[in-house]
Amino acid sequence: MQLTVWTYEGPPHVGAMRIATAMTDVHYVLHAPQGDTYADLLFTMIERRGQRPPVTYTTFQARDLGGDTADLFQRAAHDAYERFKPAAMLVGASCTGELIQDDPAGLARALGLPIPVIPLELPSYQRKENWGAAETFYQLVRTLAGPHMLPPGTVRPARAPGEPARCNILGATALGFRHRDDVRAVKDLLARLGVAVNVVAPWQAGAADIARLGQADFNVVLYPEIAGLAAQWLKRAFGQPTIATVPIGVGATRDFITEVARLAGVDATAVLADETSRLPWYSRSVDSTYLTAKRVFVFGDATHAIAAARIASEELGFKVVGLGTYSRERARDVREAAGRLGLEALITEDYLEVEAACAELQPELVLGTQMERHIAKRLGIPCAVISAPVHVQDFPARYSPQMGFEGANVIFDSWVHPLMMGLEEHLLGMFRDDFEFNDGAGSSHLGHGAKPPAGRPAPPSEPVETAPAVAATDAEVAVEVMVADRPIVLSWAPDAELELKKIPFFVRGKARRNTEKFAGERGISPITVETLYDAKAHFGR
Amino acid sequence: MNAPLLVTPVPASGCAAPPILRERGQREVFCGLTGIMWLHRKIQDAFFLIVGSRTCAHLMQSAAGVMIFAEPRFATAIIEEKDLAGLADANAELDAVVERLLARRPEIRMLFLVGSCPSEVIKLDLSRAALRLGQRFAPQVRVLNYSGSGIETTFTQGEDACLTALVPTLPAEPAGAAASLLIVGVLADAVEDQFRRLFAAMGITRVAFLPARRAADMPAVGPQTRYLLVQPFLGETARELENRGATRLAAPFPLGAEGTTAWLRAAADAFGVADAVFEAAVAAPRERADKALQHSRRALRGRRIFFFPDSQLEIPIARFLARELEMELVEVGTPYLHKEHLAADLALLPAGVQLSEGQDVDRQLDRCLAAAPDITVCGLGLANPLEARGLTTKWAIELVFTPIQGFEQAGDLAELFARPLNRRAALEV
Repeated sequence: MQLTVWTYEGPPHVGAMRIATAMTDVHYVLHAPQGDTYADLLFTMIERRGQRPPVTYTTFQARDLGGDTADLFQRAAHDAYERFKPAAMLVGASCTGELIQDDPAGLARALGLPIPVIPLELPSYQRKENWGAAETFYQLVRTLAGPHMLPPGTVRPARAPGEPARCNILGATALGFRHRDDVRAVKDLLARLGVAVNVVAPWQAGAADIARLGQADFNVVLYPEIAGLAAQWLKRAFGQPTIATVPIGVGATRDFITEVARLAGVDATAVLADETSRLPWYSRSVDSTYLTAKRVFVFGDATHAIAAARIASEELGFKVVGLGTYSRERARDVREAAGRLGLEALITEDYLEVEAACAELQPELVLGTQMERHIAKRLGIPCAVISAPVHVQDFPARYSPQMGFEGANVIFDSWVHPLMMGLEEHLLGMFRDDFEFNDGAGSSHLGHGAKPPAGRPAPPSEPVETAPAVAATDAEVAVEVMVADRPIVLSWAPDAELELKKIPFFVRGKARRNTEKFAGERGISPITVETLYDAKAHFGR
Repeated sequence: MNAPLLVTPVPASGCAAPPILRERGQREVFCGLTGIMWLHRKIQDAFFLIVGSRTCAHLMQSAAGVMIFAEPRFATAIIEEKDLAGLADANAELDAVVERLLARRPEIRMLFLVGSCPSEVIKLDLSRAALRLGQRFAPQVRVLNYSGSGIETTFTQGEDACLTALVPTLPAEPAGAAASLLIVGVLADAVEDQFRRLFAAMGITRVAFLPARRAADMPAVGPQTRYLLVQPFLGETARELENRGATRLAAPFPLGAEGTTAWLRAAADAFGVADAVFEAAVAAPRERADKALQHSRRALRGRRIFFFPDSQLEIPIARFLARELEMELVEVGTPYLHKEHLAADLALLPAGVQLSEGQDVDRQLDRCLAAAPDITVCGLGLANPLEARGLTTKWAIELVFTPIQGFEQAGDLAELFARPLNRRAALEV
């Protein structure tokens, strides 16, 4: 058993729902108890969809378990076909449905429906949402495009001269983090390159569209977590190469354009020269100087975490101090990305572990999910959201992609705004002794929520992580720290405490922590001004 | 001026039975786990540990919208493959999870192990686990268990299951105790305080509430206990209380001026409160409630309303809307109808109203769309799709999360229905 307060991913059948709901004429019959219908409202409320997801739940109850749940499944599947007349049907079980072992695949086959029926085996007790989405999309593609596979030994016929290259855009789903806008951003890029789009899938695709995926020259995979598996199969079945670069950030977008141009046989010079991102200039502008080496902690799904780490270090001049993901399936890619930054990746689905890592690293900015937003709030650190799990605010009314040059603009704004803006921060540092204009006053753009940490940020409630001040007096502040698993009580001399307050608040937590670590390891107590500066020199910041 | 409200005498159960449409099919309701959403805020030193799947954790996090809280007083012990395959002893795993949890939250005094669909299906014995863990962590933490699974319970029945688990642990009334009044069901603290003041004004001072705000303050129960339900979904709790000797006071539920008056009246009658004393206690707040309703009555009078089943509050709310706000009831759906507990409310419904119990959501949607009501009450999974088809909706969930009981909340309850209509009228896009 795994204790979880929050979870990064839903169960695999929610992944399957994201595929079905993205499409136009596919229905999913799910063997599930009534409570599982909650998943509908993720789509209707969080994504604000105007239609119910195309899912029929069998809604079995305890009293059905003795006998007729199989019959219940068949009736539900039959009625769903009659009512919705889908072009293809997905059938499967949720976590509880799986336990009662009714075999939805066999039951559905016995109905003899006149449409393709695709059974899904989604092991709920081993796998999670993104895996479920990937597997569902793969099964759909294999079933619907499979009959059009090239016979073994044949080679794709070459494009007629003058005909534009065609690609598929794969991976965008319902309830995806900015998927809707990313598709538009990538389509724009491809149009500027003169590349035609054969099919976008599963986003707004029909079963017939999936069947003609093989007609494209290559595949663009926007979210490898979801479309990676299907793209591998398409490569084997139709010899379609895959664009591996996800165009999030200026550098990645440039790489993406270059790669597409190479596969499509077009000249990308004009598109690259006509770059529409303001990020490179904004990042060079003097106001951005304050971004230099800001310590950032990155956590999210693999695609967004890897992209965020690259943007942070190469395009915004941050220092990435932590990088991690909950996507175990892509742990290797994240480990590699972390290795390039000289870090060890944090691969976990345990929210409490991420919280502990974040508290330990004391970053100045967190780039994470909605969960890291909460962690950061508790620790008093600014945060920007870069990845699912999604929240209603991840479906903004305006066009707000993450991909392409416009995506880079969006990212610059949304990451930099939680930090103090450059000139403002600079002035606060210069006038920090002013009675009205000081760091305790916070910055106006943070509004009513602005409350820079007065001392150290509130520690998380991990009992061994840190402990709050235990015997605070006017004269001295005593602190218990853990050194080599033993608690040591340290105290701060009053002048050292005053000196600490002169350090700008956004690095003060780190300074306090470093000093206490330094003093603890050397058994120095009370901490004096000397100790503070010795520690500063030791840690070299 | 509206006519003064008259309280019809409460009939015995079984009379005035309106026709009920019973349906079986896909249901669009939450499971009982979601009761934790308000229970964990009410019993302030309790923690709810769901023993279930990733789906349960996902439900609590995303559907119930709990990400607004810094850290909730609930969590999930997610069953994994190794627990199912017998590679790990699920009981040992559960003990380890509980140990970790209580170390992280040492302020917890009451721990509920909450069963889910998967734990029910694999027959994980949580009552034995609760006993074992209770012995281990006594006296600091009391460990109880109940099922909130979707194969056993819908939405608000989770509260019933939780309170049912609590009842056998309540202290016994001392021998020879005077009669006392027990108010059963989760109420907002402010509403609790209002009721307490009203009972005090009537001279009823031995009043307790179940659940109490803290684990150590749970009320005593015994043959001298007279209890009033505040919610129509507490059937099992009522049965357990009666096993302890308590007696239910039959009344409509305390929604609206009329319902609240009749509900208080049931207590007054049982405790021999003189009419004049009762009138003196309720006259002012009832008048305030009447006044508060007038504003919404203009928006709601004559409007047609359709209820999808959700919280089991539908029947008393429909009674309130029909009688006090003059709305027309197209269909009143409820997940489950407890005829005895709802007898007083059913008797006050207009003749011939269409009730439905259970749900086949597709068919019910057909009926709703065909009827084209002015306002539709439904769960969150249906609200936006119905709005997209031009219907005005009211999210049912607010009826559970908002204080709606009692005189002072009557206006707020009406406002919940008036607001979507006023909004639609105001929008010009």
